[in-house]
Amino acid sequence: MNIRRGRFGEYGGQYIPETLMNAVDELEQAYLRYRDDSGFKNELTNLLNNYAGRPSLLYFAEKMTHDLGGAKIYLKREDLNHTGSHKINNVLGQILLAKKMGKTRVIAETGAGQHGVATATAAALTGLECEIFMGKEDTERQALNVFRMELLGATVHPVTSGTMTLKDAVNETMREWTKRIHDTHYVLGSVMGPHPFPMMVRDFQKIIGKEIKEQIMLAEGRLPNAVIACVGGGSNAIGAFYEFLDDPSVRLIGCEAAGLGVDNPKNAATMANGAVGIFHGMKSYFCQDEYGQIAPVYSISAGLDYPGIGPEHAYLSDISRAEYVPVSDNEAVEAFEYLSRTEGIIPAIESAHAISYAKKTAPAMARDQIIVINLSGRGDKDVAAIARYKGVNINE
Amino acid sequence: MNRIKKAFENKKAFIAFITGGDPDIETTEKLVIALTEAGADIIEIGIPFSDPIAEGAVIQEASERSLANGCTVDKLFEMVKRVREKVDTPLLFMTYINPVFVYGKEQFMKKCADCGIDGIIVPDLPFEESDELSYICEQHGITQISMIAPTSEERIKMIAENAGGFLYCVSSLGVTGVRSEINTGVSEMIQKVKAVSSVPCAVGFGISTPEQARDMAAVSDGVIIGSAIVRLAAEYGRDCEGPVKKYAREIKYAMENKNLCRK
Repeated sequence: MNIRRGRFGEYGGQYIPETLMNAVDELEQAYLRYRDDSGFKNELTNLLNNYAGRPSLLYFAEKMTHDLGGAKIYLKREDLNHTGSHKINNVLGQILLAKKMGKTRVIAETGAGQHGVATATAAALTGLECEIFMGKEDTERQALNVFRMELLGATVHPVTSGTMTLKDAVNETMREWTKRIHDTHYVLGSVMGPHPFPMMVRDFQKIIGKEIKEQIMLAEGRLPNAVIACVGGGSNAIGAFYEFLDDPSVRLIGCEAAGLGVDNPKNAATMANGAVGIFHGMKSYFCQDEYGQIAPVYSISAGLDYPGIGPEHAYLSDISRAEYVPVSDNEAVEAFEYLSRTEGIIPAIESAHAISYAKKTAPAMARDQIIVINLSGRGDKDVAAIARYKGVNINE
Repeated sequence: MNRIKKAFENKKAFIAFITGGDPDIETTEKLVIALTEAGADIIEIGIPFSDPIAEGAVIQEASERSLANGCTVDKLFEMVKRVREKVDTPLLFMTYINPVFVYGKEQFMKKCADCGIDGIIVPDLPFEESDELSYICEQHGITQISMIAPTSEERIKMIAENAGGFLYCVSSLGVTGVRSEINTGVSEMIQKVKAVSSVPCAVGFGISTPEQARDMAAVSDGVIIGSAIVRLAAEYGRDCEGPVKKYAREIKYAMENKNLCRK
């Protein structure tokens, strides 16, 4: 007597309190109804093109390519989207859906603040009340984004429970949703949580890979050899990967945050160090101890500082369709500086994890091979944190 | 006979919740005995979890204290085994699904049965996912307790029809914690259950005063109290046995419609 919905292999599901079950059912029904509705699709496309600035560029990183001396490197410039990251793709979809569902208030978790800023932005545009939950530690790491969200009219709640980071922000947003459901939609920021979120968020993000495919065919007349993206929950990665799932010649590589290193307890490398578990509404891989207590993870990147990974990634890893590799803080910071100096593009510290792995792998590839890196966000928000990391005082 | 079933026979059941290992395992063991002596009909022992998303601040903090003091599910199994020799009260584990899943579902239920646990409540395992445990629970004779909430509405029928032991009726929206007012839709919720099932209905979330317990008992088959007891454990620490016992007595008297003896 079971209705297995929203599964990727054994992963996914709806492991949430009964109080929220009707809300996710209602959301699923609304999503299934509107995703094929031409009016909804037109509205969303209009916002993506004329508000968020899609399609985003696929930029040939000529200097980086030349410098590394291997595969040709292209950057998918999600950092050029309005609000500075891929997060806006999903947020616009969910906010439109929330409006259709008659919701007047949205709540969201945020790590680095990019999802919070995108949600606050779209809420301002559409006139929805907006409350953002952010780990207290992250409000300090990303103080600029807190003020940005407030400027956009959102209320930001610093979360002081647990490790005071992204995981705890998700906990608190889920708790808040159980308190007030009838007028509130939870704009989940990644391909995680209970069904239908992993499927729906992926669908809103898959435009990234769709554009990459069209753009690379136009530029090179063939598919890339590899698509590389950073992975926390995994929304920019699944967005970039999805269109290529049925193209086995394209390697799909997710870069997770290894913090101080995979052998150091201070990391957030879920695939390298995690085990299958059930948390935040989904069955997937999680960093945890032998009793199933969720581990207090760490990364310099607030956006990747999460102990789990979306269920579709867990599945893609199990069936060996995608690979997941750890990238440390040091490597990410080095790549952050490298891209800034080589191409004049300051990447988000999250995206710098993908840059780092591309740097490692490109020189070993032939010159006629192609790598596409999903540059998921811009790095302005990280400048102060990187200065701190390097011991530079910039009087923020 | 089934201990849980017996707890609802000819009376309104008083169901007490404590966080296992808060502040330590010895205190939990003493509390199980004290609550039994005070008249608790069922005792729920919470397995502390790092991220209890259905709990309010009181039980979140209790879980943190318990984990910080080194509580593990293995230590709780040992404690239950010891206390089971002294009390016949139905004992339930309240746990999130991950600790059960990671321990090994089969192994977990086997140990539950071995040490004398009667049932299990898993707040993040809704009806749609209940077969994650139902077959294994059945095999080991562990009753899986289902929950309904004020938002359940048309879901109540399918949940009630499949419920075993008793049905945990969540009184209000939100997370666990003491509330000054309880949602007034509780009796309608219970009527919907009674239309399709004879499973006893116990009301939880937010109940703390003897008056609330009496009022909720009047419209249901039992009352679940958690945060109000855990708050006493937080306040009195290792010396909480006395205050918890006194409080539980007041609740029990109120539910039996006896005069509240108060100072």
